Amino acid sequence: MKLTLKIWRQNGPNDKGKLVDYPVDHVSPDMSFLEMLDVLNEHLVEKGDQPIAFDHDCREGICGMCSLVINGRAHGPQGAVTTCQLHMRSFKDGDTIYIEPFRANSFPVIKDLAVDRSAFDRIIQAGGYISVNTGAAQDANNLPVNKNDADKAFSAATCIGCGACVATCKNASAMLFVSAKVSQLALLPQGKIEAQDRVLNMVNQMDLEGFGNCTNTGACEVECPKGISLDNIARMNREYLVASVKKEK
Amino acid sequence: MSVLDSKIPKGAINDKWTYYKDHVNLVNPANKRSIDIIVVGTGLAGSSAAASLAEMGYSVKAFCFQDSARRAHSIAAQGGINAAKNYKNDGDSTYRLFYDTIKGGDYRAREANVHRLAEVSANIIDQCVAQGVPFARDYGGMLDNRSFGGTLVQRTFYAAGQTGQQLLLGAYSAISKEVAKGSVKMYARHEMLDMVIVGGKARGIIARNLVTGEIERHSAHAVLLCTGGYGNVFFLSTNAMGSNVTAAWKAYKRGAYFGNPCYTQIHPTCIPVSGDHQSKLTLMSESLRNDGRIWVPAKKEDVEAIRQKKKKPTDLAEGDRDYYLERRYPSFGNLVPRDVASRAAKERCDAGYGVNATGEAVYLDFAAAIERYGKIECTKKNITNADHATIIKLGREVVKEKYGNLFDMYMQITGENPYETPMMIYPAVHYTMGGLWVDYNLMTTVPGCYALGEANFSDHGANRLGASALMQGLADGYFVIPYTIGEFLANDIRTGKIPTNTPEFDEAERQVKERIEKFLSSKGTKPVDYFHKKLGKVMWNKCGMARNAQGLKEAIEEIKAIREDFWANVRVTGTANEFNQELEKAGRVADFIELGELMCRDALAREESCGGHFREEYQTEDGEALRDDNKFAHVAAWEFKGVENEPSRHKEELVYENIKLVQRSYK
Repeated sequence: MKLTLKIWRQNGPNDKGKLVDYPVDHVSPDMSFLEMLDVLNEHLVEKGDQPIAFDHDCREGICGMCSLVINGRAHGPQGAVTTCQLHMRSFKDGDTIYIEPFRANSFPVIKDLAVDRSAFDRIIQAGGYISVNTGAAQDANNLPVNKNDADKAFSAATCIGCGACVATCKNASAMLFVSAKVSQLALLPQGKIEAQDRVLNMVNQMDLEGFGNCTNTGACEVECPKGISLDNIARMNREYLVASVKKEK
Repeated sequence: MSVLDSKIPKGAINDKWTYYKDHVNLVNPANKRSIDIIVVGTGLAGSSAAASLAEMGYSVKAFCFQDSARRAHSIAAQGGINAAKNYKNDGDSTYRLFYDTIKGGDYRAREANVHRLAEVSANIIDQCVAQGVPFARDYGGMLDNRSFGGTLVQRTFYAAGQTGQQLLLGAYSAISKEVAKGSVKMYARHEMLDMVIVGGKARGIIARNLVTGEIERHSAHAVLLCTGGYGNVFFLSTNAMGSNVTAAWKAYKRGAYFGNPCYTQIHPTCIPVSGDHQSKLTLMSESLRNDGRIWVPAKKEDVEAIRQKKKKPTDLAEGDRDYYLERRYPSFGNLVPRDVASRAAKERCDAGYGVNATGEAVYLDFAAAIERYGKIECTKKNITNADHATIIKLGREVVKEKYGNLFDMYMQITGENPYETPMMIYPAVHYTMGGLWVDYNLMTTVPGCYALGEANFSDHGANRLGASALMQGLADGYFVIPYTIGEFLANDIRTGKIPTNTPEFDEAERQVKERIEKFLSSKGTKPVDYFHKKLGKVMWNKCGMARNAQGLKEAIEEIKAIREDFWANVRVTGTANEFNQELEKAGRVADFIELGELMCRDALAREESCGGHFREEYQTEDGEALRDDNKFAHVAAWEFKGVENEPSRHKEELVYENIKLVQRSYK
C-alpha cells in the first residue's frame, strides 16, 4: 500500500507545532500501525532526519502507554482497540492519514506525538486506593463478594489509563477515567470504608488538574479501547452527591 | 569453597524462613526515617517493594522509564497467579507448590528460596484481595481457580485474561498511597544509567531524565533493582518494547555476578511471525491450554494442502490429526510445562508438519471445548435434543466468557476468527529465568544492591511454571525484602545521608555522559534497530530453543562483530538534552549486545540440557532434555572482567536435601 501521512511535529511544549507530510510506500496490511511508524522512523534516521516521537510500550493493548489521534479519532478508526493493536488492514491503498497527539490542556505535549499524562497519576494519588498496609490482610475468602458486583468491579478496573476519553471529549473531561476507579472500589466491600473521602478527593484533584466537566455526550465511552461504561460516571455522580451531603453534617 | 555464600538459614526446610524472621536484624521505626532506599522499576516487584518499605518508614525513591508506574510490563501477564491456598480441596499444599516449582525448574533452583516462595504465596492473595484486586469469583462469592502447566492441582487465581494488569494496578495503588504521603518520591520517565559504589557498597544511581535529558545523581543506603527480564535481547519477544537489561547490566559491570544467563523461557503459545516489519510477538495465555488442544496434520499431504489453502484445518477428520502432546505425554497432555511444549512444537515443525507458509506454526484448537461446554450448558438449561448449532452457540458463549479478550486480540492481529478456525501458534521468547545472582536475602554480590522479581535468577531454576512470575514478583516485594533488607541496613543507622558530591558520583556521571556523547558523535548511517534485529537473529538461531557447541562458538564471534559494527556505524539522531527515543534505544541495545555474548558463553559452558536450556548434544533417545547432575547441579554466576575479556564463571552448588533429583517426566 501507498499512503500519505500527515503527522503532527512539535519540538517541545513551547513550540507551535505543525502537520508535516510523509509519503510512505510498501506498507503491508499485516503491519501494526506502530510498526508502520517504526519503518518510517528507520528511513528518517537513515536520511539523518529526526524520527517521530511517540509513546508506546507493551504493544498488546494493555499498558496504556500508546496514544495518537488518527483521522480525528483517539486510537484510530476501529472500536475497542488501542493504537498498538490497530493493523494496516484497516486502511486502503492511497489513503491520507492524519496523526496527531492526544490534545488537552491537562496533557501538555512533550514532543511530537508524546504527551504528559501525569495528571492521571496525581488523581490516583488523591485517593484511588484502599488504605491497607502489607501484612494487614485477612484470609481472602473471609470476605465473599457477590459475583455480580465482582464482575462489575472488574469491568471498571480494566481501564488502562491511556487518556483516550480525555482526548475524545470536547470538554477534555476525565470523568470516565476517574469514575472507573471510583466505581471499582465503591462496588467492593473492602473499599467501602473510605468511599466518601475517596470520591471527594479524586474529583477535587481532577478539577485542580484542569480537566473539563462532563456534559453527557458519551463520546468517551464510544472511543474507550476497553469499553469502560458510562454507568460508571453515573455511579460516581451518585457517590459524589451522597458524600457531599454527608460530609457537610 | 565457593566465593558465593547463599546465606541459607539453618534448620529443616519448613523452619528456615520462620527461624530467619525470628532472628534477622531489624531497624527501629525512628531510624528507618533517616534511611533512603532506591527502587528501580515499578512492576510487581518494584511497586510492591517500594510501597511496603515506605509503609515501614523508610524513605523511598522509585524510578521507571515509562510515563507512569502503572505501565510496567507486569501489566501484560494474562493467565494468573499461583498460591497454595487449597481452596479447591484438591490436595494442594505448601510442599506441593514447592515440589512442583523445583521439578518444573528441572532441579536447578535453590530449595530454600523456593520453599519460602511457596510459604508466602497464600499471603499474596490475601493482600491483593484486601487492596481491591477483582479476582474471578464463583456464585458463592468465593475466589475461583484454574490450572496451569506442570501441576496436577488447581491453584491459579485469575482475573479473566488480565491478571497481571489487576495485580499491577493493585501494587500501583499501594505505591500511589505512599507517594501521596510523601514517603515514596516517584521519578517516572527516568532511566538508571549507572550504579554508584561507595566504600564497596551500592550507594546510589546515575539516572537520565528522559524528558529533559538531564543527568541526575541520586544517593541511598541501598539500591533495589526490580527491572524485569532481558528477553528483548532476541529483538522479537513477548516483552514490551522498552523492556531492557541496562540497569542489571550496569550492576553486573560494577561487580554483581550474573546468574544462569542462558536460561530463557520460550513460551509455546504465541502468535507466529508475519513478516520482517514485526516489532514484537504476542502471547496467547497458557490458560488456553486448559481447553485448547494442540495438533498438526498427521499426513504430509494434508500439510501441503493446508499451506496452499486447498484445505482448511476444519476439513481434517480426527484420525488425520496428530495431537502430539497428548500422544507423547498422556498424563499431562496439553498441560506439560512450557519448555516441553515448545520443544515438541519445534520438533513437529522441523519435521515438516508446520501449518503456515513459513512452516513455523501449529494449531491450538477449541472445537472440542466449545462442544463440551455447549453440552453442559444445554443440560443446565434443560434443553433436550439440542441441535448441533445450539450446542456450538452456547459453547462459544462459555469460551468467550473465559478467554474473550484473548480471542479478540488474536482476531485483531491475524484477521482470523478463532471461534471458527483453530488458532495458529508458535513458540516465542517470553521470560528469562537467569538474572543477577542473589543470596537468600535477595542481595547481589555487591553489598547493598538487591535484585527482585524477574531481574534476579533465584526461584525458577531452568524453567518457570506458568503463573509463577506474578507470584515471585509480589513475594519478593511484599513479603521477602521488607524482612531481609534489615539485615544490611541495621548497620547503617548512624551513617547519615549519603552525599552525592563525592569522587565516586563524579566518576560515574562522567562515564555516563561520555557514553552518551559517543553515541551522538558516531558518524555511522545505520539506525539502532538494524543492529538489534541482527543480534536477535543470531540469538534466536544459535542460542534459542535448541543450542549446540558449534553454533554457540560461532554466535560469540558473530556478536563480537556486531558489537564492533555497532560502535563504528550506528547513527543516533538528536541531542542529549531533549526527549530522544533513539538515544534511549542505543544505550539499551549496546548493553544487549554485550549480554548476548555472555548468554552464549553460559550456554556453551553448561554441557547438559535442563529446562529451557536444550543442548542438542545432550538428549535422551526420545528427545527429552538430559541433565548431568554430577557435573552441573549448580548455579553458574558470571563475574565481569572487562568487555574485551572473558568473564569468570563461579559455581554455587545446589544441595537437594528434601527433593530427590530424578529425570523429569510428564508422561
